[in-house]
Amino acid sequence: MQSTTDKFVWPRLSIRLNGWSIGVLSLALLLAVPVVVVLSYIFEPAGEVWRHLADTVLQDYVVNSLLLMVGVAIGVLLLGVSTAWLTSMCQFPGRSVFEWALLLPMAIPAYIIAYTYTGLFDFAGPVQTTIRDWTGWGYGDYWFPEIRSIEGAAFMLALVLYPYVYLLSRAAFLGQSICVLDVSRTLGNGPWRTFFTVALPLARPAIVAGLSLALMETLADYGTVQYFGVSTFTTGIFRTWYGLNNAAAAAQLSAMLLLVVFALIILEKISRKQARYHHTSQRHQALTRFKLNTRQSVMAFLICSGALLFGFMLPAGQLLWWALTTAEESLDSRFLSLITHTIMLAGTASVLALLLALLLGYGKRQQKSWSTVFAVRLAGMGYAIPGTVIAIGVMIPFAAFDNALDSWVREQFGWSTGLLLSGTLVALVFAYLVRFLAVSLQTVEAGLGKIRPTMDEVARSLGTGSGEIVRRVHMPMLKGSLMTALLLVFVDVLKELPATLILRPFNYNTLAVRAYELASDERLADASYAALTIVVVGILPVILLSRTITRSRHAKST
Amino acid sequence: MSPLSKLIMLGLVLAFTAPSMSLADDVVNLYSARKEQLIKPLLDRFSDQTGIKVNLVTGKADALLQRLQSEGRNTPADMLITTDAGRLHRAKTAGVTQAVDSELLKGVVPESFRDPEGHWYGLSLRARPILYVKERVDPSRLSTYEALIDPDWDNRICIRSSGNIYNQSLVASMIAANGAEATETWTKAFVKQFARPPKGGDRDQIKAAAAGLCDIAIANTYYLAGMLTSKDQAQRDAAAKLAVFWPNQQGRGAHVNVSGAALTKAGKNRENAIRLLEFLVNRDSQAWYAEANGEYPVRTDVEPSELLKGWGDFEVDRLNLAQLGLLNPDAVRLMDRAGWK
Amino acid sequence: MPNQLEVRHASVKYGRQIVVDDVSFELESGVIGCLLGPSGCGKTSLLRAIAGFEPLAQGEILLHGRRVSLPGHTLAPEKRRVGMVFQDFALYPHLTVRDNVIFGLRRISGKSQQRRVSELLALVGLSGLEDKYPHQLSGGQQQRIALIRAMAPRPEILLLDEPFSGLDVELREQLAGEVRAILKREGVTAILVTHDQLEAFALADIIGILGSGRLRQWDSGYNIYHKPADRFVAEFIGQGAMIPGQVLVGGRIDSALGIMFADFKQQHQAGDSVELLLRPDDIVHDDESDFKLEIVGKVFQGAEYLYTLSLEDGTELLCLVQSHHDHAIGERIGVRLAVDHVVAFPGHAEVGSDFELKE
Repeated sequence: MQSTTDKFVWPRLSIRLNGWSIGVLSLALLLAVPVVVVLSYIFEPAGEVWRHLADTVLQDYVVNSLLLMVGVAIGVLLLGVSTAWLTSMCQFPGRSVFEWALLLPMAIPAYIIAYTYTGLFDFAGPVQTTIRDWTGWGYGDYWFPEIRSIEGAAFMLALVLYPYVYLLSRAAFLGQSICVLDVSRTLGNGPWRTFFTVALPLARPAIVAGLSLALMETLADYGTVQYFGVSTFTTGIFRTWYGLNNAAAAAQLSAMLLLVVFALIILEKISRKQARYHHTSQRHQALTRFKLNTRQSVMAFLICSGALLFGFMLPAGQLLWWALTTAEESLDSRFLSLITHTIMLAGTASVLALLLALLLGYGKRQQKSWSTVFAVRLAGMGYAIPGTVIAIGVMIPFAAFDNALDSWVREQFGWSTGLLLSGTLVALVFAYLVRFLAVSLQTVEAGLGKIRPTMDEVARSLGTGSGEIVRRVHMPMLKGSLMTALLLVFVDVLKELPATLILRPFNYNTLAVRAYELASDERLADASYAALTIVVVGILPVILLSRTITRSRHAKST
Repeated sequence: MSPLSKLIMLGLVLAFTAPSMSLADDVVNLYSARKEQLIKPLLDRFSDQTGIKVNLVTGKADALLQRLQSEGRNTPADMLITTDAGRLHRAKTAGVTQAVDSELLKGVVPESFRDPEGHWYGLSLRARPILYVKERVDPSRLSTYEALIDPDWDNRICIRSSGNIYNQSLVASMIAANGAEATETWTKAFVKQFARPPKGGDRDQIKAAAAGLCDIAIANTYYLAGMLTSKDQAQRDAAAKLAVFWPNQQGRGAHVNVSGAALTKAGKNRENAIRLLEFLVNRDSQAWYAEANGEYPVRTDVEPSELLKGWGDFEVDRLNLAQLGLLNPDAVRLMDRAGWK
Repeated sequence: MPNQLEVRHASVKYGRQIVVDDVSFELESGVIGCLLGPSGCGKTSLLRAIAGFEPLAQGEILLHGRRVSLPGHTLAPEKRRVGMVFQDFALYPHLTVRDNVIFGLRRISGKSQQRRVSELLALVGLSGLEDKYPHQLSGGQQQRIALIRAMAPRPEILLLDEPFSGLDVELREQLAGEVRAILKREGVTAILVTHDQLEAFALADIIGILGSGRLRQWDSGYNIYHKPADRFVAEFIGQGAMIPGQVLVGGRIDSALGIMFADFKQQHQAGDSVELLLRPDDIVHDDESDFKLEIVGKVFQGAEYLYTLSLEDGTELLCLVQSHHDHAIGERIGVRLAVDHVVAFPGHAEVGSDFELKE
């Protein structure tokens, strides 16, 4: 690749103000408004609250957040990478089912899985009660893992977040040339050594990308940690904002959180850069999977079914049990409107997120200046910020805009426009976009990365115009990525709670809101219908997602 | 932006801004921190009786307050309902509420449960007494919240985290009664009595006590009531093991807080909002609170439910609840310093 | 009839940096040209300017008499009827070999498309691979598919950007010969960009040497080797040695190897110091010769040995000798000059900027 130096066009350091860069920049800035609004509180004096925080709880926030991240990282890596390797590279009974089923935990919101596990494994729950009934033990006579602890929270989050790592590392394993692996084996390395010395390092960028998504979600999580009584940065932000009634200090805590996110993003970028070196070989052979012997097959089956059992079947089963036995709420016509509202919101947001991601992704591809790169990074920041913070960041500028417009119209024309955007679905969908754009952006960018610039140039030299290149080259090559982006955001919005709660219009509820309102009133069983419906609605896109990925692989290897 | 996406945007703007535009004349718009299932049935009854449509957004009090503040004079909301007086006081301080001078309201809502200037009125009372496991605790040894730091109760108390407003209010009421210094000393000692690090909600404390993890649980009465009437056998059994002890009956009375409502300053349907407010404190509504949610009516002339009556009458802390709002940040800091998770 | 390609005083700039500087050359129909130079010399930029991917800062480019590039006006690549083959082949992974090849053939009927595909596949000896996907092909096969995809719409000119650098060495030489045969059979006008001179010699009819963005020489392979236009060309192409000499009255040159005639590359007068380019094949081993030099290095090259010989003053010469003349290092062997005119460059006293360009 040495001789590429004279064809590589260096990124230009000046801002070239053409259509693309203006469009991309203004879009990204628009999407960055909520984050900027929150950050602007940094300059407001927070008083001596900081000393109070530093003296008392700040250390807890930092340590707990870090511990939680470490725990989730270990969990998602163990679960995600092992299952990805097994389902993509090994042959054992049930593999083809696990291939898609392993994605199912994605459909379960973290706070819901936390409720169900607490219901099952808490001291007063059926499992421990049964143990006590059998043995006659009382409190303190036996050891049982405390589910509502920082380890428990990490476990819960890992169970529902490992699919990100699974999804991305599986794609990476499938994309690896089998030759590299064969070479390793001819050099005397067994499958295990091959996995650790060759396959894993090669898949590292993908694994890190999945990991960073999982960790950003972890940082933004409020429901689980709050329920488990674990003080993290996120709970600290709310405590400071609401409990201490100090918005400035809360925003400053958010800013600290953003720093961590920046570090994560940079980490992810660095590892993604190397991805370019990894895919130099364009020759792939169809995969021949390792045939596992009986003992190995049993192990593989246990690992995969373990992830599925704890991540999906157990919580979903508990929800179903509650719904069938103890719930006082039941399905009624209002439920139908919950479902349609939820699907409409998720559908709209995922389509818009995809369009935006395409615009930004193309913008960056077309105009690789620092300004567009920065803008695109900025637009993806929202993912790690707690939904409530984003919601406040959306609410304030929207209301300010509406009020300013109203004042102007009143002065000029003497009538009032009222609030045009605040309290409408526009504000809510905008918040979703800010929060989840990173997901679709990352997927679309990865897809665009596979289309080398020379592919465009060949097409042009063959007499093909831009529009036609997009239609005949890009779209077919991007199809899988676009579908993935769409479905990931759909499932995310389905589960989203805090922003929905704050920004939704009058009389507009979603499944997540319903589940939350009942659960936060400590009526877990009654919340089960709504929670279960989220899971059911989420399963369909998850299965579609899995099929999309498998199909795109098959198309390649026919 | 491509013409297609412009078109989509336009369509969405039209579709999505519609709900806020379609507010008819006979409406009242409500921001409620009270969960939908705990308010909607009453609102429906109000609409049936008056023909006034109630539009509802539920959410967390602070977020709703933030929404009110940023929407300013154009807010569609006519009324704000919160589940604690502290938030109502915060709303008043933020200048987003207006006073209602209604003889009817003043007549039925006792003085300590409403704003002196009429900016907000309490709607229902929740009490936070001491719950004890009947098998293992002799109630005669219980007396006050303050006495819970007695070595007797070492390692025997379950209570949720300090992030919750119920505990913040409780500690704020103690600051009001005993002063900050004494309360801090108490809180530090109190935290050492915990049988386990705080986690879960109020029901979880009751369940833990019933299961033998601790002997005393601090929880709001309506959670106990909810469990006692639950469809779930396990919950009923657990709750049945506990009884209510009303603390501080010789002194200031048991800690209570109110859910209450305030009219927004910029509300456009003032008359309807006042009608709703008056509706919410009428006898039927008050009885409904008690019956459906296990809360105590704010009116003294409405009986609580049979279940609640079974726990006996009790003296209520007559502290003006606006104080709870003022002292809330102090309470949080104090708990931070005491290491109350 | 106009030439297939005319490049007149073309310059390309990236920002303020001039990467192609006032380049002019012409290419007749059916001729294969080559732009040869070290990396960074601007050859790819020039090729991309011809394709229409880079605008011109100065000058003009004409394709078949049509002015396609001027400063401020660049006809889009898709309207130029140029075919391009890239270093990475850029085959479309989602399309079969057939669909890749007919990608640029939308304007003709399905039947003609099929015919063209079969014809081209036969031309490159890959018939029967129509339904394969690119990732199922070997590197050499992918390269040939990329070539016929570019040739399929019968472009005015075919542009090949380092088309062999992604392949392993043996394949490269074999393919270069094959590609030349294919292009010649189809009568295609083509320009190849490469940094590999053997590739250039194997494929091209005419070669342009680029250094620092400037076209140093536009000539046949033979002339570029034996009659380099400047020191840069001399040093970039082939092997050889420079020995000092002095101009005598009448234009002959005196050097350690005796008096000889020279092609001067600059104004000169008697007494000037010059440097003489001596290629390894200019010096012939001759046991009869009285002129003996010491061997200070040798490299076995199969049929020949490449000896490094040292003159009295330490100047080193290269000499190609048939490999059965196996002499040890340190031996002195007889040599004589087999050249009537050597190329003379200005001596070190008047070092030109060309020296800095040496790789």
